[in-house]
Amino acid sequence: MAENNSRKNIFERMFAIDRRWVYGFLMLAVVLSVIAKPIIPIPISREARSIYDFMNSLNSGDYIHLAMDYDPSTLAELHPMTRAVLKQCFEKKIKVIITALHQNGPGMAAAAIDTACQRHFELTGYRPESGKDWVFLGYKPYPILIILGMGQNYRIPFPNDYYNVPLDSLPMMNGIRNYQNVKAVINISATSATDWWITYGNGRYQVPLAIGVTGVMATDYYPYLQTGQIFGILGGLQGAAEYETLVGTPGKAVEGMSVQVVGHSIIIIFIIIGNIGYFATRKKSKLGL
Amino acid sequence: MDFGTAISNTVAALLTLCIFSFLYKDNPFYKFAEHLVVGVSAGYWVSILYINVVIPNIWQKLTAGKWWYVIPTILGVLMWTRIVKRWSWISRYPLAFYLGIVTGVAIPLEMQTKVLEQIFGTVQSFAALHNSSTDFWAGFNTVVVVIGIITSLVYFFFSKEHKGATGSVAKVGIWTLMIGFGASFGYTVMARISLLIERIQFLVNDWLPGLFG
Repeated sequence: MAENNSRKNIFERMFAIDRRWVYGFLMLAVVLSVIAKPIIPIPISREARSIYDFMNSLNSGDYIHLAMDYDPSTLAELHPMTRAVLKQCFEKKIKVIITALHQNGPGMAAAAIDTACQRHFELTGYRPESGKDWVFLGYKPYPILIILGMGQNYRIPFPNDYYNVPLDSLPMMNGIRNYQNVKAVINISATSATDWWITYGNGRYQVPLAIGVTGVMATDYYPYLQTGQIFGILGGLQGAAEYETLVGTPGKAVEGMSVQVVGHSIIIIFIIIGNIGYFATRKKSKLGL
Repeated sequence: MDFGTAISNTVAALLTLCIFSFLYKDNPFYKFAEHLVVGVSAGYWVSILYINVVIPNIWQKLTAGKWWYVIPTILGVLMWTRIVKRWSWISRYPLAFYLGIVTGVAIPLEMQTKVLEQIFGTVQSFAALHNSSTDFWAGFNTVVVVIGIITSLVYFFFSKEHKGATGSVAKVGIWTLMIGFGASFGYTVMARISLLIERIQFLVNDWLPGLFG
């Protein structure tokens, strides 16, 4: 009887573990993993490779539009994608038109571009210049109208760039009118802006579109990959790690994916413990014990 | 690391720890950090909108003699009548104008990209099964997708009781939906842990070494 009570208590406790234990173990595991820096191999998915191959097929002097539609709350997943894409663009001398259609994003985007330029300078001795190698248009509200406006002429929503320099005075924007002059839009986003790029960018103007989105959003956009409305997708930190691997500079995302394995293992263990507790207590309650 | 960066990193680290303290229980440190985020975000947003909208789209246009910009300006100002109960009816006019434009722009494109393209994509890949060059796994995926779509649609068909054959098909639909939710949940867990990892990377790799040399 005493043994039964003791077992019942254990299962009940397993079923109702204080959430703080879960947080505590997870935190400890993540901290130790970040310190230990284990490295795991990153398999490359077809949807990430298709973006890389497309970018690699572009010639020096070609244009792409990089839409950074996120804010600091999601930079953990999306910044590594942006950095990897910018690195590839600068290395291949692809000219980049950049927008940030999230109201809390333009300052962060400007800092990210600056960091990418600085890293390129440290690697090659050349610092990509605003107006020559890249243009940052900044933010304007109502993304749908902005996406439609840029489809007619970049100068309609953005007569000046983020630094208040008229677009017509920037050498890079000479002869560049709208999406017909860019090879693709790469949308890195944590918002509904991705839907709007699909509907109003690709749907209205047929501009080729690839997306990098947060993990929470990733599964929602796979149907668009199947229909060809987007030609590639980077999903969450995994997608970022894949792209970092593809461009040959494993960084925070690759390091983060190794930690993910540990974090997921902890969560799986707690899910198993909780389920054992649940089924054991349910069986006993069915038996009326 | 220069002194300014060390200070800003320390502020960021302390605020991160304030937010993490909620994992134990609600407390004044968490509340302070939470309110700071809300206040700073709202302030940043207001200044961004002022610089990016009010100055270039209203002030600069009107001072350049483009008087017709006074029309959207008035429509915008009328939206504010909502805060006075007596005059709130006036705000319906600019709202109606806005809704009319957005609906006109959105409906055809939303229909095209979210419904017709999806149906076309599904049917097209199913039709490609007749093509002998379609590889086995692509064909298998197509069959799974089509079965998943049809059974999920049957699950949401409530005009017939889910019994017998309909019930069995609907059950497959439930399984399809559950697999979809499972994939979403997996990605969501990864996303949340990613946020934690980034903060820990910041604390361990950037802040602490900068603080202690």
